[in-house]
Amino acid sequence: MSQAILTKKDFVSNQEVRWCPGCGDYSILASIQTVMPEIGVPKEKIVFVSGIGCSSRFPHYMATYGFHTIHGRAPAFATGLKLANPELSVWVVTGDGDGLSIGANHLVQSIRRNIGLKILLFNNRIYGLTKGQYSPTSAIGTKAKSTPYGSLDRAFNAVSVALGTQATFVARTIDTDPKHMQETFKRAAAHEGTAFVEILQNCVIFNDKVHSSITAVENRDQNQLRLIHGQPLLFGKDKKQGVRLNPNTFSLEVVELGVNGITEKDILIHDEKVVNPSLHFLIGELAEPAALGVIRDVNDSAYEKDVHDQINSVQELKGKGDLQKLICSGETWTISG
Amino acid sequence: MNQVIEENKTEIDRVVIRFAGDSGDGMQVTGSQFTTTSGIAGNSLATFPDYPAEIRAPQGTVAGVSGYQIQFGEIDVYTPGDEPDVLVAMNPAALKANFSAVKKGGTIIVNQDAFNEIGLNKAGYTSNPLTDDSLSSFRVMEVQVTKLTRLALEELDLDGRSKDRCKNFFCLGLMYWMYSRPLEATQKWIQEKFGKKLMVAEANLKALQAGYNYGITVDAAPSYIVKAAPIKPGLYRNVTGNEAASLGFIVASQKADRQLFLGSYPITPASDILHELSKYKQFGIITFQAEDEIAAACSSIGAAYGGCLAITSTSGPGLDLKAEAIGLAVKTELPLVVVDVQRAGPSTGMPTKTEQSDLFLAMFGRHGESPLCVLAPATPSDCCYMAYEAARIALEFMTPVILLTDAFLANGSEPWLIPDIEAWPKIKTKLANPANYQDKVYLPYERDSLGVRTWAIPGMAGLEHRLSGLEGQENTGNISSDPLNHEKMTEARNLKIKNIQTLIPPLEVLGPASGDLLVLGWGGTYGSVRAAVEEAQKEGKSVAQAHLKYLNPFPANIEQVLRSYKKVLIPEINNGQLSMLIRSEFLIDAQKLSKMQGQPFKVREIKEAIDHILQK
Ligand code: SF4
Repeated sequence: MSQAILTKKDFVSNQEVRWCPGCGDYSILASIQTVMPEIGVPKEKIVFVSGIGCSSRFPHYMATYGFHTIHGRAPAFATGLKLANPELSVWVVTGDGDGLSIGANHLVQSIRRNIGLKILLFNNRIYGLTKGQYSPTSAIGTKAKSTPYGSLDRAFNAVSVALGTQATFVARTIDTDPKHMQETFKRAAAHEGTAFVEILQNCVIFNDKVHSSITAVENRDQNQLRLIHGQPLLFGKDKKQGVRLNPNTFSLEVVELGVNGITEKDILIHDEKVVNPSLHFLIGELAEPAALGVIRDVNDSAYEKDVHDQINSVQELKGKGDLQKLICSGETWTISG
Repeated sequence: MNQVIEENKTEIDRVVIRFAGDSGDGMQVTGSQFTTTSGIAGNSLATFPDYPAEIRAPQGTVAGVSGYQIQFGEIDVYTPGDEPDVLVAMNPAALKANFSAVKKGGTIIVNQDAFNEIGLNKAGYTSNPLTDDSLSSFRVMEVQVTKLTRLALEELDLDGRSKDRCKNFFCLGLMYWMYSRPLEATQKWIQEKFGKKLMVAEANLKALQAGYNYGITVDAAPSYIVKAAPIKPGLYRNVTGNEAASLGFIVASQKADRQLFLGSYPITPASDILHELSKYKQFGIITFQAEDEIAAACSSIGAAYGGCLAITSTSGPGLDLKAEAIGLAVKTELPLVVVDVQRAGPSTGMPTKTEQSDLFLAMFGRHGESPLCVLAPATPSDCCYMAYEAARIALEFMTPVILLTDAFLANGSEPWLIPDIEAWPKIKTKLANPANYQDKVYLPYERDSLGVRTWAIPGMAGLEHRLSGLEGQENTGNISSDPLNHEKMTEARNLKIKNIQTLIPPLEVLGPASGDLLVLGWGGTYGSVRAAVEEAQKEGKSVAQAHLKYLNPFPANIEQVLRSYKKVLIPEINNGQLSMLIRSEFLIDAQKLSKMQGQPFKVREIKEAIDHILQK
């Protein structure tokens, strides 16, 4: 095939997009379509796999290969696909209900294996497609259709779930910042092994402004901690606030530069490459400010590579399988006529 | 037919032996060694391993008894036999669990040393059956197996426990003498198996020989000759159903030129398929032990989308869990083989015991109109061909296929005339050709004359498309809830399955082409039905046998076959599932014969039903 330079519009399918007007999913879709020509993978080798939910309509809107599967199971379908052909760039699109409730097991198991899937979890802290029930990431006390008196369940922190299951790449981004999304998606695309990205996404219908304390323009500086590898964890309008580690309690504290003799030296330096995930966990748990960007990116071999390496090494050792020999293996005997 | 041919050697045409002992006593090894040796001796044979669900059930108890039955003969043998002629009981529990099955006048060989107070108590005996008269209708041979084995191994530098573990080979040696079998095959097996543990190998070899010599020296033991059966010449091996199915999938993957992918989750009695295929990485097989049954099915469907010949293997409870995923494969029309090694249900049921009770589940166990192809092998070795068939149909018709085997077929073994794999036809996959779409749009659901769509796999440039569980527009597959389109698509999916009829063989009849009675079986009951029908035919009765291996769709001639007999009898290891299908589809008054004991049919049970229905 010709290797013409592709642009965003080559990744837009002919299907009408049917999310509610104002839904955060639109900007995520646009960001993905923008990034696709830049990840260095031919279009026919890109596949989007999803489960069920608003976000899971995503594959229909991409002009790549796509598989809109069943509720919660997208990581399992994607795992089979990636094993079948490790050369594919396989993206899983899931939500907080799909990925962290009905499909939580598949999500954590794929991360545990470190299979090379790019998992995008659209977190709007609500069930949208079923018209507004609380989800596993809804804050306790959430009043929704099925919880008129407030939800009683404790909520998951999606990033902590991923880190707790030994993810090699974990990031968080927001639907209101296309540039940040694009940078994050590119990093995810480049990662070997599972890349887990939580996207704080607004459901304008059933949970409007649930993330506004982080995403709204007026709160942005105060409540966003932009992570940069090797840089101190500073935030606030003039970057006068920072996060330091209290070694006695092993917890993070928000401090102000210049107050009580605090200097930049006291501020924690972000290290996404450190193998021990403890600090990444503390950073992911921060609420205000919430950490945005790549929290963790460490190297480890990808599962699909290990699977195929093992097959190749057995083939090298034993030679390519001889079927007739295999069928005649074990104890055989001849009956003569 | 018994004929004395030399001193103490009587010629007989067939024998049924059951080895029974504690699940740690090595009865499965003993039985399978006897099987191999008898196969080499040229006998026709069939086996039935029967073991408890617990890995090590409490030692010495009835619940922990493991058994292995074999029937072998110079005449054609179709089943493991109804009643053992000989029972080898390693302890009181094994005796208690099995003696009532033994043929009246049959031989019971017991390890006398195990009949002490502790052993009897554990088995729940209040008096010693060897000294009271509860075994008076059998011929009992008391052998001091433990003591004799220890004596034989006296000089070996091995601990007592390890020596006692050789008891089963002592008994095997004795049985080899009784049935005039050579020791070589087992000797070779022991050397290979314990190759590095020289002392253990030697101990087992000595025990085997000691048992054999015991037979020679003790006059009391009868000795028989079972001549080779007039079976087809060629190269043979023993094969279990699970082994055969695994081989069949490898054959299919080569014939279709597609990489084999197995997504599976451990479950009794299907796990051996996962174990087998995991061994054969040199064939490029990807085996994936998934986190659960659902992921096993889903990963396989993902691999099918990616261009593999994809298999998922399970048993009943797992098939329940896979239902939704299989429905997606029906809707997206992807090739997938689901192996259900049926076991007794409902729920956890009896995990190691056989049943044919998942036929309805396979046929109808998904929401919506969700037709797929259902196949069932007839014998352990037939699992190879039917696995290949399942893969062929899945790939040539772009559909999920459920292969219904069962615990009896999966674990049972039989000598297998090794087929000429070269001669099996190539599988023509529906792979799309990108060259055909240079200047037109690829339509994932465009159908050929049989209603089958093409298979475009990620990586094929220009054929990018989306599959979805949502109903799709004809040809394009684009999301659609148009009422008429949904009806049309439902019918198209149905018709495609129906069209499989054009590429499967007609239902064959063994016996007269018309007459008083047709016995219609399916799956693992083949052997029992065959033996019973043959008996009836020998008595001059107008009875024929037909055996269904293609359950959905049925072979095209099935109705004509059914209507050629006055009556139809359908024996099944369930509560009458095939018989309900036949009755509802053809309005034929088929009679059911049900058995739900976790055990295969005895020939006698089917024969009696035949006699009964013919008298009416
Ligand atoms: S319900 Fe919410 S999440 Fe779903 S499309 Fe509408 S706005 Fe988006």
